Amino acid sequence: MINIIGAGLAGLSAALTLAENGIKCRLISAQQSERAQSVLAEGGINAALNTMGENDTPELHFEETMKGGCYLADPNSVEALTQSAPAVVKKLAFLGVPFNRNANGSIMLRSFGGQKKKRTAFAQSSTGKMIMTALIDEVRKYEAQGLVDRFPHHTFVRIIIENGKCNGVCVRDDSDKKLYDIYGSVIMCSGGLNGFFPGTTTGTVTNSGNAASVLFAQGVKFANLEMIQYHPTTFAIPGKRCLVSEAARGEGGRLFSERGGKRCYFMEERYPELGNLMPRDVVSREMFRELQSSADTFLDMTGINAAVWRGKLSDLRSEIMHYLAIDPAKKPVPVQPAIHYFMGGIYVNERQESSIKGLYAAGECACQYHGANRLGGNSLLGAICGGITAARNVTSDNSDVTEAYNSSEPFASVPSPMFVKETGAVLTRGLGIIRNASELQKALNELNAVKCENAVELARRELAAAMLMSALERKESRGAHYREDFPETKEKYRRTTVSVYENDRVNISFEDIPERRNE
Amino acid sequence: MTITFEIQRRKSAQDRPYIQRITLETEDTTVAEALDIMNDGELADDPIQWECSCKQKKCGACAMLINGKPRLACDARLSEFPKGVVELAPLKKFPTVCDLVVDRSMMYDDLKTLGAWLEDEAVCNGTGIAYDASRCLQCGCCLEVCPNFYAGGEFFGAAALAPASRLISEADKTDGKRLQTAYNEHFYNGCGKSLSCKNICPAGIDTERLLVRSNAVAVWKREKRK
Repeated sequence: MINIIGAGLAGLSAALTLAENGIKCRLISAQQSERAQSVLAEGGINAALNTMGENDTPELHFEETMKGGCYLADPNSVEALTQSAPAVVKKLAFLGVPFNRNANGSIMLRSFGGQKKKRTAFAQSSTGKMIMTALIDEVRKYEAQGLVDRFPHHTFVRIIIENGKCNGVCVRDDSDKKLYDIYGSVIMCSGGLNGFFPGTTTGTVTNSGNAASVLFAQGVKFANLEMIQYHPTTFAIPGKRCLVSEAARGEGGRLFSERGGKRCYFMEERYPELGNLMPRDVVSREMFRELQSSADTFLDMTGINAAVWRGKLSDLRSEIMHYLAIDPAKKPVPVQPAIHYFMGGIYVNERQESSIKGLYAAGECACQYHGANRLGGNSLLGAICGGITAARNVTSDNSDVTEAYNSSEPFASVPSPMFVKETGAVLTRGLGIIRNASELQKALNELNAVKCENAVELARRELAAAMLMSALERKESRGAHYREDFPETKEKYRRTTVSVYENDRVNISFEDIPERRNE
Repeated sequence: MTITFEIQRRKSAQDRPYIQRITLETEDTTVAEALDIMNDGELADDPIQWECSCKQKKCGACAMLINGKPRLACDARLSEFPKGVVELAPLKKFPTVCDLVVDRSMMYDDLKTLGAWLEDEAVCNGTGIAYDASRCLQCGCCLEVCPNFYAGGEFFGAAALAPASRLISEADKTDGKRLQTAYNEHFYNGCGKSLSCKNICPAGIDTERLLVRSNAVAVWKREKRK
């Protein structure tokens, strides 16, 4: 029996892989799968299917993923990711994901940032939702067979560590608040760290960051925490940022800034080859510079023709009209960058195993595949492949569930909203698109001055400190991490930033990235 | 603007419900944000329990009764209520867990009973039904207004129609028969065609279209068409 924490795309993928191999699992989640952040993914999923007559190959997908990530990802993991991508997308089609199709019936691909070939399979601009629906149905088949046992409305409390090995997980039933110790290996699929930046990201509030905080306090190693992706095109809605999919630029959308009534198509001027489709780190930085020089930034989608709106971007158009009362087919849309994805997370090897034996991680909660900057279209792919890899490597054993009578469990506490806001504001100031040592140090001092009232608040503050310290220690600029005091990329920092909490303090070190095997 | 919230609260299923009145001074925002503001402020010691995830009407978590109508809290603007009174209550067709949280597990049990999955490879017929049907949030708003749906009944409502329509549209012949039989038993036979589900769906799914297309295949045995 395997315990999967989180029922989003990575969790479903792991559960399905286990079930297809006849291995039982528990799928434990704070909410049902329909509420997972994966349903928000819009633009598509990358795979070198080569259906557009462009001679695309998995090797090119590999090269562009590595380059987009500024060579900070494990090449062997990326190799596995990009080689398996075509089969993953074909399987999704097998399960009925309604991908847009070419006239000959093959899967249509669109252009996405940082990639010179059309490589992104899509279902209009709701790809994540379409994939989730198909996988939820498929996993249901195995629920009915008793291979997948769902525990919705159960919140992660902590892992059970015995003799240095993860032997299970303690969870809280959110209905009756009772705690349960559940034995067996654990695959974390708990999503990104949006909750550390409340109200300012494109993610969901379910991704509170509490699970990651507790794991960090329990000694699990984290990696590349300074690598936070700002998506170039978002706008504010009540309580969060709303994404304008990169697909809008893939289909012809153009960014411009406006100063005194004059338009400047800054991406096209500065990057003639890829223009608006440069990797997200580059675009967000250019957007930030334009905004700093008191220009307004817009996404001009008025050149997109009616058939593309109707057949490929209809959801995006209605969403923009709903929230901004602007028809993007007729008028440019004001957009700014906002936090969208965390490349860093639980430090895992290419088997998705963490620094603690018996504990695996997949999806956005893990640091895998994306290095210093994720390419659009690689997150859905990474969640699915990470889940498959973790499920193939995890070992199953007999395990049971017992009620944990310990009502004084320290990690059963939750951080107060005030604490989350206060630490979030500090992190937002320190970990902007452009960083420097004095701002980071100031943020770290402010963070350490915030009082903690319980164990989870303390855990959260230490993980937050690890983010700032990772950014301080990486004295170079690479991908999403831009230091104005160290603008150059340095070969000696082409290493993984590793954070660990031991002896009541955070330690940061750098570890070598594995060499690519010749196969 | 000044808004008076009248919120139905309940500590647990065993406790008696009561109404809590709170007046909030705020700019125009959503009911979801207003709940957060109240919970972070005045109600910090005894926050209102409610489910929330995406805050952009794409996940269905925050479905509740707002002035008697099932809606998503993140999709209801305070400016829609000119009288300045907003009543919040949990969905009524599901058991209450506490405050505005309900137990929607019956929807998932129903889909299991229905056999809502594919046994074989999907046929890609390009009808667009799969796309429309896949947008269902499993929020439960449609069941709340359905005159034919009740908990524990054999009729599963539009929350099952959407997944069933996707699967019927994508199933091959053999598997299609299994799904069509289940559809007839748990949807067609019980649906009174009031179509109240069509106007309430927060995802804007045209349930009438799903119904017509699925009936054509499952009941009238017509070939799937574009």
